[in-house]
Amino acid sequence: MKVSVVRNILEANERIAEQNRALFQQHHLLVINLMSSPGAGKTTLLERTIDALKKDLRIGVIEGDIQSTSDAERIARKGVPAVQINTGGACHLDGNMIRETFPEFDFSRLDLLVVENVGNLVCPAEFKVGEDFKVMILSVAEGDDKPSKYPLMFHESKVLLINKIDLLPYVDCSVEKIMKDSLNINPDLAIFQVSCKTGEGLAEWYRWLQERVREKPRASENESQR
Amino acid sequence: MTKHGATALRSVRLSIGEMSAIVPESLSFCFDIIVQGTPLEGAKLLMDRIPLKGYCPQCDETFDIKDFVFVCPTCGSTTIETIEGQELCIVEMEVE
Repeated sequence: MKVSVVRNILEANERIAEQNRALFQQHHLLVINLMSSPGAGKTTLLERTIDALKKDLRIGVIEGDIQSTSDAERIARKGVPAVQINTGGACHLDGNMIRETFPEFDFSRLDLLVVENVGNLVCPAEFKVGEDFKVMILSVAEGDDKPSKYPLMFHESKVLLINKIDLLPYVDCSVEKIMKDSLNINPDLAIFQVSCKTGEGLAEWYRWLQERVREKPRASENESQR
Repeated sequence: MTKHGATALRSVRLSIGEMSAIVPESLSFCFDIIVQGTPLEGAKLLMDRIPLKGYCPQCDETFDIKDFVFVCPTCGSTTIETIEGQELCIVEMEVE
């Protein structure tokens, strides 16, 4: 006997992600899901972003790693609430893991929550956690073939930060090719060229992110009118 | 399965989009191991790979998205919808 099913396998996760999202909306909290390969600069970008914006924005961070608490410790030294999730082997964060951190936060006292995903250019793109949008980093040292090799991540992200541009003289990487290939996959992608080491290009990213936080209450009001 | 009076699972069919983070060979490998010693043992995992398909609202046309270039081949518009190719669904099960 054949039984027709037609159900999304990730449905259970998407349901939890939607509940998370509803809670974040209630608090007018902008939530971003930060993804990249290991070592592309997620935590360094976060440290610099916190330094630049913490006088204007109340920021919280969820750190996802397979093991260790070193990233949450780095973020906590910046004086913002940071919670570490150790996935114990899983290569991405999911909605349920995010939900389990909720007792650690007072969302009414935050404007921006950054979820730093496990370093991985594949699976995190499949799993919603309740974020407003996904942000990805690609460092030039990884090579300009990554958009064509890992299209899903580029397709799902709203923003691409091309990091470590200070290394361009030393690596065979064409920023033009990264931009062309990523815009083919995702024509609406906002792209910033930055160096988290020298600080080059970061001011534009800070401004862009602040603008999204500022828009946030308005966006949620629009949604409730729908 | 018990609820529906079924005793064994013969097969399960999945739709897997070209742009999903799934490697069919790996899924198949894990499935065969995970069902051992369960009522699902012996079930076949069938997977249909779904190519990427786009729709252009301006041209009112659907087309294949090739090489992950999300552009309408007729008018060159980038405002297109991805209508197929991101699936990860259970479509059908065959039980006894």
